[in-house]
Amino acid sequence: MNDPLSAAELDALRLSLEVAARSVAISLPPAVLAAWLLTRARFPGRMLLDAFVHLPLVLPPVAVGYALLLLFGAHGPLGAWLRERFGIALPFTTGGAALATAVMTFPLMVRAIRVSLENVDRGLEEAARTLGAHALDRFVSVTLPLMLPGILAGVVTAFAAGLGEFGAVITFGANIPGVTRTLPLALYTAMQSPAVMRWRCGSRCCRLRLASGDFWPRSCWCGACGATSAASARRPSPDAHPLRIAQQAPTGLRAAGGICRAHSGSHCALRPLRQRQDHPGQHDLRAAGAGYR
Amino acid sequence: MISGLLAPDTGEVRLDDEVLTDTRRGIAVPPEQRRIGYVFQDARLFPHLTVAGNLRYGAQRARGAVTIGFDEVVALLGLEALLARRPRRLSGGERQRVSLGRALLSQPRLLLLDEPLASLDVARREEVLPYLESLRDRLAIPMVYVSHQFEEVLRLATHLVLLDGGRVPAHGTVSEMSLRPELQSIIGPDLVGAVIEGVVTRFDPALGSAELAVGRGTLQVSLSGVTPGARVRLQLLARDVILATQPVQGLSVRNALASTVIAIDDDERGAVLVRCDVGGSMVLARITHAARQALNLRPGDAVWTLVKAISTRGHTFTVAPAR
Repeated sequence: MNDPLSAAELDALRLSLEVAARSVAISLPPAVLAAWLLTRARFPGRMLLDAFVHLPLVLPPVAVGYALLLLFGAHGPLGAWLRERFGIALPFTTGGAALATAVMTFPLMVRAIRVSLENVDRGLEEAARTLGAHALDRFVSVTLPLMLPGILAGVVTAFAAGLGEFGAVITFGANIPGVTRTLPLALYTAMQSPAVMRWRCGSRCCRLRLASGDFWPRSCWCGACGATSAASARRPSPDAHPLRIAQQAPTGLRAAGGICRAHSGSHCALRPLRQRQDHPGQHDLRAAGAGYR
Repeated sequence: MISGLLAPDTGEVRLDDEVLTDTRRGIAVPPEQRRIGYVFQDARLFPHLTVAGNLRYGAQRARGAVTIGFDEVVALLGLEALLARRPRRLSGGERQRVSLGRALLSQPRLLLLDEPLASLDVARREEVLPYLESLRDRLAIPMVYVSHQFEEVLRLATHLVLLDGGRVPAHGTVSEMSLRPELQSIIGPDLVGAVIEGVVTRFDPALGSAELAVGRGTLQVSLSGVTPGARVRLQLLARDVILATQPVQGLSVRNALASTVIAIDDDERGAVLVRCDVGGSMVLARITHAARQALNLRPGDAVWTLVKAISTRGHTFTVAPAR
């Protein structure tokens, strides 16, 4: 059964791509500049700049998002200025989500570009100099093309990391469908709600429906996992349901969710929050691998 | 320092009448404004550009009058077949030729060649040397050529500046310098020998022998590929020159030249260097102390200087007519 993605899912996917792409566009020029400063320039405070560039890598993403809120919030120093001068408000907008993602992926980008810049042969720049190329000309015609592999690596890394950015986005951009609800946020939202949860595995769609207040699959319509047999059973015997098998799966992630073995590797990660504590087959899914026995 | 890539602690660099560097007045023209072509030892071609792209890089940024065009450089350096290639797919010699072309197309006032052949093996050097010779002969661009190889100097240079530990002990024409003890200490005793220039007056291709007019005399040498009228420079290695106090007969030596001993110097390696005046040209002969004592040579003595024609083979180069 090949279900197309739902509108909300498409939205989240499109938004994720947009936010990641915009974040790369935002961070690329300053990343090249920072890499150049850190590699070539000698100035007091270079170490400080180096530390500052790496800050998002060390800080919790939520802290970065919070710092951005303080800076760019309506009453923040930069936020107030932006609003008064340009009428731009960043928090809780797609642009804001892109900015938060850009800040988070900035160190990754700088590092990749820096390595490539360090490998550029200064001798070639000297040669360009003797041929009459001034500083900017040298940078554009020699240094930049030779850095290109590193820039490309930085862009790819930042884009990939940007697709999955969660903490800073949800703090600075909240979780607004169609505006800041990117894929990770949508996934998180889905896992928060004991409503309909769908996910895709391989070419097939495996759809598990959770009864309200109950996390047992009513049915799995993929037709392959055999979970349909549990559809009628309100409380299936743990041994009878494929999810039972999943509890023996090796990795924490798999064990935390539950795997339809029949799906050969595709896993169905569920983390219902509102569990019925008295449920005999209760998953303590936060304790990975703890099983439900 | 001439190119401006390095700054001297103190000193002055002038080209024509323009001051390029003057530490006292705080003048330092940046390299990109000097219009000095630089051929590096390691070529330094831009790997992201093709050969044609590398050549054009200099041409696009050239200032001043265009003295040499793209096609002319390509023809002069034999680069037609290489234009579409990337530098990493060139041999060492080809790289240096492209580097030379790139520097030429920036329309320089001066060409600096920093040991352009040092990283090449002997065969690769032969890929470049003839081109350097033709550049010297056809273009009016002065070249500063740095080399540790006396053979390159012999083939290319007109004026030689000796550098020893950052100082200049002597400078002058190659012939003058070839007699200087400072050069001898730089290139070693085996390569010492007077450099003389002459004009080919007769050439017999069948025998591979030529007659040179040198000063007031003539010299029989073994040569190939020259035409009468060509100006050649040759080095008579001091160790190949024989001195005799009497006329000799029945020897295979082609040249027995009447000459006068001018000076005898101990070369501090167990031999002496005898400087002889042969019809106005100076020739060096390296003989042992024992030989010198046996002949009882003193300055002012008349001797016969014997030079084997074959000994000049490989040490003779065509040079440009004196300008």
